[in-house]
Amino acid sequence: MDRTALEAAPDAAEDWPDQIYDLLKAYNIRQVALVPDAGHSRLIKRCLADNTLRVITLTTEEEGVALMQGAWLGGDRSVLLMQSSGVGNCINMLSLSSIHRCPMPMIITMRGDYGEFNPAQIAMGQATQAVLEAMGTIVHRADAAADVAPTVEATLKLAFNTFRPTATLLGQRLLGAKTFGKD
Amino acid sequence: MVALGPSGRLDRRGLTQALLEDRGGMLVVAGLGAPAWDITAAGDGPQNLPLWGGMGGAAMIGLGLALAQPDRTVLVLTGDGEMLMGVGSLATIAHQAPRNLAIVVQDNEHYGETGMQETATRHGTDLVKMAEGAGIQRRMFVTQAADVPALRAAIHAQEGPFFAVVKIDADSKPLVLPPREGAILQARMREHLLGPAAHLA
Repeated sequence: MDRTALEAAPDAAEDWPDQIYDLLKAYNIRQVALVPDAGHSRLIKRCLADNTLRVITLTTEEEGVALMQGAWLGGDRSVLLMQSSGVGNCINMLSLSSIHRCPMPMIITMRGDYGEFNPAQIAMGQATQAVLEAMGTIVHRADAAADVAPTVEATLKLAFNTFRPTATLLGQRLLGAKTFGKD
Repeated sequence: MVALGPSGRLDRRGLTQALLEDRGGMLVVAGLGAPAWDITAAGDGPQNLPLWGGMGGAAMIGLGLALAQPDRTVLVLTGDGEMLMGVGSLATIAHQAPRNLAIVVQDNEHYGETGMQETATRHGTDLVKMAEGAGIQRRMFVTQAADVPALRAAIHAQEGPFFAVVKIDADSKPLVLPPREGAILQARMREHLLGPAAHLA
């Protein structure tokens, strides 16, 4: 892990972001909505380089929930990438999924989790899974690189096969904690 | 010519009827509350998604739909309160710049479903300027019935994204409710667009 990076990002030798990209392709995802996170930066680069994926950078995460509803209405599969703090911005909009039975897979990089440095991240980070589950989301966690691909695949399968919000939480044990140089 | 309400502003039902008649393949997403009742009063069917929730999300639902169906005109018809709640999405939409997406705000300057409390547009907030600031190039501000044909033309021109505010009379109208089961509303539009395969995806 690069300790000087402003935010924790996967080590260049780790290939789980590429495995997530491959899964997005295998599951025919067409629209990728996101608020950037360092933990997703490599995946975002892969998506931006792919002309068959539409990357939609949002001003707030709840826009991505609504976008997934519209994409599915029109026959496109989509996914929402965000940081755990963004989950709090999504709460009411997730009701669109239960209203319409719309698939809404989310891939979420954790903050306020294992080894967090910043006190401001703790409240939402610790509430992330509970908030998602309170809104009917099926949540899986991956805390080791080997667990990422199978867990993300389960999240995509559950969303599109059973028409509901689903999420993979990528834990800080996997991502590393942002330390502001004070580790 | 679209009728005027008691205030001298455009009648919302007449406006909606004028925007939706002879609509061709146009898909319509209506924000929760009065716009959803308005599009239903104009004629319910699979090309309509009247929203029962998700306040602040109508424009983004329109964006996802417009990107998925680039050959269809997509109209988001919503209210000033709903648009104010999701106003950041105008920046997202300007960035994506789908030609086939039009957003029309029926601005009565009030939260109509909750007791007619005033919105910010009652006090100087200009949603057309906010859309301009967001980067949406094609915009209209409509106060006159005579402008409605040009508004219709702009919606159908597919030179968007297009954003308009229409100042409407604040009078409440009789409820005309669409189906309340959202799974039906979603499935019927998907079947309209994708055929029976929609249900096997």
